Amino acid sequence: MTAKEAVAMAEPRKKKTAPRADAESMAARQRDISVSEFFAKNRHLLGFDNPRKAVLTTVKEAVDNSLDACEEAGILPEIAVILEDLEPNRPATAKSSRYRITVIDNGPGIVRKQVENIFGRLLYGSKFHRLKMSRGQQGIGISAAGMYGLITTGRPMTIFTKPKAGQPTHHIELAMNTKTNRAEVTFDKEVKEFPPRRFRDMSAGTKALAEQGGFLTESEFPTGTSVSIELDGKYQKGRGSVDEFLELTAIANPHARIVFVPPTRVTEDEEPDVLAAAEATAAAKATVTTETNGVIVFPRGVQELPPETREIQPHPKGIELGILLQMLKDYELAEKGGTLYNFLQERFCRVSPQTAASMCQAIGVTSRAKAGDIEPPQAEKLYKVFQESKLAPPPTDCLAPIGVRQLLAGMLKGVRAEFYSASSRTAEVYRGRPFQIEAAIAFGGELPADESARVIRFANRVPLLFQQSACSSFKAVTETAWKNYNLQQPRGALPVGPLVIMIHMASVWVPFTSESKEAIADYDEIRKEMKLALMECGRKLGTYLRKRQKMRREGERRDVFERYIGEISKAIHEVTGQDQRKVFDALLKQAKARTAVADQVLDEDGKIVKDEPMDEDGVIVVPDAIAPVPGAIPAAAPAAEASPAKGARRRVAAEGTEPRRAAKPRKASAAREELRARVAKAASRGKGDPGAAGLF
Amino acid sequence: MAKGKTGTRSLKERDAATTKKIVDLVADVARKSLGGKEPKIDIPTRTKSNTIWNKKRGILEMGDGVAERPLFDLKTAKQFMQTMLHASTIKDLIAAEKTSSLRGVFYKAKHTVAGTRENTFDTQDESDPILEDLEVALGALREELHVFAENRGSMVGNITIVDKGDEIDCRRMGSGGYALPSIVEPDVIQFKKCEAKFVLHVEKGTVWNRFNEDRFWEKHNCILTHGAGQPPRGCRRLLQRLNQELKLPIICVLDNDPWGHYIYSVIKQGSISLAFESSRLAIPEAKFLGIRAKDFRECGLDDAVKIELTENDVKRAKEIAAYPWFAGHRGWQKEIDALLANGFKMEVESLITKDISYVSETYVPERLRKKDWLD
Repeated sequence: MTAKEAVAMAEPRKKKTAPRADAESMAARQRDISVSEFFAKNRHLLGFDNPRKAVLTTVKEAVDNSLDACEEAGILPEIAVILEDLEPNRPATAKSSRYRITVIDNGPGIVRKQVENIFGRLLYGSKFHRLKMSRGQQGIGISAAGMYGLITTGRPMTIFTKPKAGQPTHHIELAMNTKTNRAEVTFDKEVKEFPPRRFRDMSAGTKALAEQGGFLTESEFPTGTSVSIELDGKYQKGRGSVDEFLELTAIANPHARIVFVPPTRVTEDEEPDVLAAAEATAAAKATVTTETNGVIVFPRGVQELPPETREIQPHPKGIELGILLQMLKDYELAEKGGTLYNFLQERFCRVSPQTAASMCQAIGVTSRAKAGDIEPPQAEKLYKVFQESKLAPPPTDCLAPIGVRQLLAGMLKGVRAEFYSASSRTAEVYRGRPFQIEAAIAFGGELPADESARVIRFANRVPLLFQQSACSSFKAVTETAWKNYNLQQPRGALPVGPLVIMIHMASVWVPFTSESKEAIADYDEIRKEMKLALMECGRKLGTYLRKRQKMRREGERRDVFERYIGEISKAIHEVTGQDQRKVFDALLKQAKARTAVADQVLDEDGKIVKDEPMDEDGVIVVPDAIAPVPGAIPAAAPAAEASPAKGARRRVAAEGTEPRRAAKPRKASAAREELRARVAKAASRGKGDPGAAGLF
Repeated sequence: MAKGKTGTRSLKERDAATTKKIVDLVADVARKSLGGKEPKIDIPTRTKSNTIWNKKRGILEMGDGVAERPLFDLKTAKQFMQTMLHASTIKDLIAAEKTSSLRGVFYKAKHTVAGTRENTFDTQDESDPILEDLEVALGALREELHVFAENRGSMVGNITIVDKGDEIDCRRMGSGGYALPSIVEPDVIQFKKCEAKFVLHVEKGTVWNRFNEDRFWEKHNCILTHGAGQPPRGCRRLLQRLNQELKLPIICVLDNDPWGHYIYSVIKQGSISLAFESSRLAIPEAKFLGIRAKDFRECGLDDAVKIELTENDVKRAKEIAAYPWFAGHRGWQKEIDALLANGFKMEVESLITKDISYVSETYVPERLRKKDWLD
């Protein structure tokens, strides 16, 4: 394809015969299509296909932006997500309702002159033009959400932003003009308060939490941004809901604290009472996800931000011919008369002067040749040379993986299990783009035992909620042989058991299967890494499960002996007159010594179980969550000590990993009685269990 | 080990000796426990592998095999506990100068293990073998442990005995006969007067009734006994005493099936589980008169009496044929081959198809006359 042909193709096609209209009349109708107009008609492409998804997408785009902004500014994110139902008295049959979605962060804020651009234009952003790991990529998100709101309700977006501590807050309302792709400011005023006070007084739950300093405290928000969008939507819990999105976001972003105020359909006043205050105290201090009075708090699990990522130049093997042509053109524009030799070194990574010289040679030009003079056939040749040359893989310090400790912290506070393991692979490359895979699994505890494992997927810390089976990670999970790790797995399906599997892909460019960013494309390199990460986690789980089995068996064994020792010492006393207590104690001592060592040799498959050291750091066990031995009898004082947890080897929790405290059930029922009981429990359990989480 | 003769030793001496054995056994366990060693009880094994066929004496004897019963082993922990419980129970029985039935001992030791829902013993079937273990472990006989089994089996005939001082004329026992007690040692039962020339032992009560009703023992001047299937120790001991002390031949009429053959084998040379008592239970001279495999043809029996051999019967028959005491016996090899060739078994009652009293009036007298039996 020559350049001319390419240009010709890009031009609008003209019909050869024009019986109804001629070229002139058609030309009159041919004009620019504004991106916003295009979107208005094709909203499904960006995740606004139905009212329920519209709510989710709006929350997602706003939260993604908030997290990106906080991280870039080096601020530990503090985010509030508030859903207000504006038609609480709608009939039960209504398919949708009007909601106001507000997302407030403590990010760096936005300078006044950029507000319109950021919220009012599609395809305006800082992230599209660079190869850098970030949540958003295209710069469509939040403005699209604002536009969706405008289309469905006619209401503009409301923004409060405070770019500088101690300075006033901008209160701006924006309506987007879909024709010009520009925002129109309908309201612009400076105010003092930030974050907006009224949210604190929304309900008994928010009031109580705010009083404890756990909700929109002004000192926590020296700068920040609040976005409110009114839209026609539907709020519903379950898979693919705002709840799930936030739950998963909290897992992948343990450095963020997120408070979610879901809509209450009934808005009659709830009197804040003693109970609410007590619950709020617990929630404000909790280390696991809690729900009080309808307000859900996803606490912060770690205190440090992910490392800042570096922007990289593309790798020669990671680009396509068209892009190469465009890059040449751009270079000529920027560096009038720049040489190909310099172009290769400056605009690509991993191209040294020698490599650049040999590439020039390979396509038959000197190193003085100008980039602007390279003809498409030569470019094509250069493209081939790229594919054939031996180049170091792209640098990987542009990636910010979550990290094993953070993965564990995230899982620990979000999933109530007994065993956690995580693994973070080293960076690899697909199509010239660096990527890194991480996996974590949680097992046991309160997870449902007879269902398929739940797979939670993330790309650059953003949860992927739809199209699970189309995702490379799903294939990686089903292709992993979980049976090797003592789990059940139907052929070609997900393993079955109390298991949550998390997979995270970090990359400067995540290959999604579609624009709506719901599934990761199935590249062999990616799937292979995923499987390796899962195997690493699985091995740790397998080791743990064997150990646990052994512990149980020993517990049962000891139990058997101890049960009989009482009878035996009594009989000995009756026959010989020996002191019953003395004999009992002596035998008990023997029983304990024996059960600690006796059964280590064989597991139930008859294989030798070496005392495998739980060497890795990537494991956390919560002994409190381990189910008791089935059928064990709590019973008599001497036997009571034989709990299997006793046999467990414990080490001090790794520094920084917060032990899991006695937590309250997350999916709380509204029953007041139960709440009351739980508060009492939480209060009494607060102390004395910092060693609850042991690290093997 | 077990010599039936308690001789002139007084009961008190005997009990003191038994008590000492129990205390020694338990004290050893206590010593090991307190000394940090694993408590174990050595129990002579009552299995086929530890049973020796004494060809010269014609009886089974227990070998030297001993099994350890350690406390700290899941397989034996409960049995260990049960053994200790029974040791205590028996000691109490002796101290109280009482005797108890096997069932009584079972109930005395049965209770819920403290703090559990588990019983020390669930059924008597668990308890009885533990007592047998104690017998062998202590080298004490059951009566020395003050334990007895239920009465089982009956006797009538031309003999007068003394049972705990009561004189019993076995010709005047009505239709039920003299119920055979579990302990028939000389200190309990003495033979006062005997005119009988032999003992006819039949397998079970129904057949015994036939012979008794027909006054067989009167006509043939004999003693008539049955052991309700596999004869218990009391019955076997009494038969042995009749054989050894009164020199009466013991002639058995049992079913023509592997079970009948096995009953004969037990009467003749003792059983595997009680091999330690063979010397006072086995009767090497005992004879097997019938029912024989050839009888179906010889007596002209009806097809209706045939009971097909099951797979298990065939297997059992082959096992019995391989017992060393049968293996070298041509008559028995032929007999078992004939049973297998027939492919069916016959009960003693099958002779009733000829005539109600055919067995007592024709079959047995004829065979006795011809001395047609196996031994």
